[in-house]
Amino acid sequence: MLMNEIIKRIEARPVCGDVCSLRTDDFEFAFASDLMSDVLRLTYEKTMLVTGLCNVQTIRTAEMAEIKLIIICRGKKCDDQMFKIAKECDICLLETNYSVYRVCGELYSYGIKPLY
Amino acid sequence: MEFLFEIEGANFSVAGNASSTIKRALKQRDVDPAKIKRIVVALFEAEINVVAHADHGTIRVLIEDHQVQMFVKDFGPGIEDVKEAMREGYSTASNSVREMGFGAGMGLPNIKRNADVFEIESIKGLGTNAHIIIYL
Ligand SMILES: Nc1ncnc2c1ncn2[C@@H]1O[C@H](COP(=O)(O)OP(=O)(O)OP(=O)(O)O)[C@@H](O)[C@H]1O
Ligand SMILES: [Mg+2]
Repeated sequence: MLMNEIIKRIEARPVCGDVCSLRTDDFEFAFASDLMSDVLRLTYEKTMLVTGLCNVQTIRTAEMAEIKLIIICRGKKCDDQMFKIAKECDICLLETNYSVYRVCGELYSYGIKPLY
Repeated sequence: MEFLFEIEGANFSVAGNASSTIKRALKQRDVDPAKIKRIVVALFEAEINVVAHADHGTIRVLIEDHQVQMFVKDFGPGIEDVKEAMREGYSTASNSVREMGFGAGMGLPNIKRNADVFEIESIKGLGTNAHIIIYL
């Protein structure tokens, strides 16, 4: 499976990091939440985060949880401070105008598995 | 190795910086990644709680050969019923804290899950003291 295919399906804009160098094999799972402590509860790596929360804390949370790919939904735009921290932590960012629900639907039908 | 941080209440733009510094220090010391994750998730939750719920506080981290100790102390409203606060889903987070992505009521349970030792003491109206140990 190719990251390109996912990017196309959710009409995403890669805004930080070399997303295309990531392999979908490294992302068996996806988890969606706007509440960061729910994300910090996850123990499984190989997970991408789908969220409508778009601030520095989204990135910090991914840093602590070892999440390497974040899909920011609902047309929210990342700012420079988010880019800076994401780069330092090797985290890739995708922005899309789709809702969290739609992104999850696309990912699910593409074979990305849920965690619970 | 010892680290000291001052934490400012309500300042979400720098919240997590202390935990990030500790993460880098642990990586440099080649600590097992699974342990690093437990340590930084517990510390980050404690750091965010100071920012989200208290006026200001301090974090002291001691990285020793066999364990990492974290002392998180704050001045603020304190917690009236610590046992209740430990319950998954219990949260008094304000709307502005929720807008920053916190308030699931999962922070203290997450600390407990990741820590080998977690002691928390609070005096209402004064502040909260947490001591977290994770063995290496
Ligand atoms: N340092 C603190 N000072 C005062 N109250 C606190 C402090 N830490 C926690 N609390 C109280 O305990 C409750 C539960 O804390 P917990 O960290 O589990 O959840 P939360 O901070 O509300 O949300 P989350 O951590 O999931 O984002 C808080 O809502 C708050 O009422
Ligand atoms: Mg909390």
